[in-house]
Amino acid sequence: MNNIINRVSIWSVPLIVIIILIFGYIRGVKLYEEFTSGAAESLEIILKIFPALLAMLTAINIFQAAGTMDLIISHFGVFFEKLNIPIQVIPLLFLRPLSGSASLSYISKLFENFGVDSIIGLTASTIQGSTETTFYIIAVYFGAVGIKKFSYSIFVGLAGDLAGFFAALFICNFLFK
Amino acid sequence: MIKIINKIWFLLIISGIITAAINGQMSQISSAIFQAAADSVLICIGLLGPMAFWLGLMKIARKGGLIKVLSDIIRPIFKYIFPDIQHNQDALGAIILNISANILGMGNSATPLGIKAMKELQKLNPDPEKASPAMCTLLALNTSGLTVIPATMIGLRAAAGSSNPAIITITTIFATMISTITALLLDRTFRMFRGHKNE
Repeated sequence: MNNIINRVSIWSVPLIVIIILIFGYIRGVKLYEEFTSGAAESLEIILKIFPALLAMLTAINIFQAAGTMDLIISHFGVFFEKLNIPIQVIPLLFLRPLSGSASLSYISKLFENFGVDSIIGLTASTIQGSTETTFYIIAVYFGAVGIKKFSYSIFVGLAGDLAGFFAALFICNFLFK
Repeated sequence: MIKIINKIWFLLIISGIITAAINGQMSQISSAIFQAAADSVLICIGLLGPMAFWLGLMKIARKGGLIKVLSDIIRPIFKYIFPDIQHNQDALGAIILNISANILGMGNSATPLGIKAMKELQKLNPDPEKASPAMCTLLALNTSGLTVIPATMIGLRAAAGSSNPAIITITTIFATMISTITALLLDRTFRMFRGHKNE
C-alpha cells in the first residue's frame, strides 16, 4: 500500500507536466512564452496576499504567545471531561483553524507525552489531517483577489472544522477504544 | 454587511495582550508581532515559486484547450455544487484543478491553483469586494479539506516511531467527509438564505 502511494505521488506531477506540454505543443501553443507570462501573474497575486497574511499571522501569534489558549483550557477543561472528550485534544479545536504549524508542534508534544499510537495520538493525527487552516486559507484565497467582505465564509469554514473535530473524536473512539 | 473580520481581528489581538498582561507574558508580545512579520514574508516567498510554476503551466493548458476538455467531462458533477458558473470554462477548469490537487494531497499546488480559481471567479463577480456565492462554496471546499491520503500526518507519525503510521487514513477520510459535507450544506443554506434577502 505504501509503495503504491509512493509511486503515485512520484509520478503525478511529472505526468501532469508532460500531458499539458504535449497537448500544448500539438495545439501550437508557444510553450516557453506562455509559461513565463502565466508565471508572472504570481507576482501580483503574492502582493495582494502578503498584507492579508501579515494581519492574520500577527493576530494569531499574539493570541498564542499570550497563553490565552492555556487560560481557556484551564477554565473550561472540566466541562469537556464530563462530555467524555479527552481534554488534551481540545486546544486543537482552537489551534487548527488558526495555524497549521502551531497545531503540528502541539501534536508533536502530544506524541511525546502520550505516544503516537495512543488514542490521543490517533485522534490528534486525524484532526490535523482532516481539516485545513481555515483562517490562513481565507486570508490567502480572498486576499489574493482583494475580497474584503467575507460574507458567511468564516462561519462555514469554522463549522466545517468543528464538524471534522467531532467526527474525528467519534471515529477514533469507535475504532480504537 | 457587518465586516466581522474587523471584530475578530481586534478581539484576537486585544484578548491576547490583556491575557499577556495578566499572565506576565508581556515580553512575548513584541517578539510574537515581529515573528509574524518575518514569517509572513517567508511564507509568501515559499508560495511564490510553486505558484509561478503552476500558473505558467496552467496558462499553457488553457491555451492548448486542455482545460475545456477536462471541464466538459466533469461538468455534470459540478453543476450541483457550482450551479451558477457551470458554463464558464475557465472558472470550472481552475476549480477542478484545485480540487484535484487537494484530493491528491498536493498541498503546495492546491493553494496556487485555488488562488487561480478565485481569480477566475472574481472575473464573474458583480461586487469585487464581496465574496460571490461560488467563491464561498469554493472556500468551503478548501477549508474543510478534501485530502484522501494525509501524507503529512503519516510522515510525522512515521518519524515519531509509530507502528502503523497510515492507519489514520481511514479515520481521516471519514472525518474529512463529514467536515466537507457539513461545510457544503451550510454554504448552500446560506446561499439560499442570502438569495432570498436580495429579493
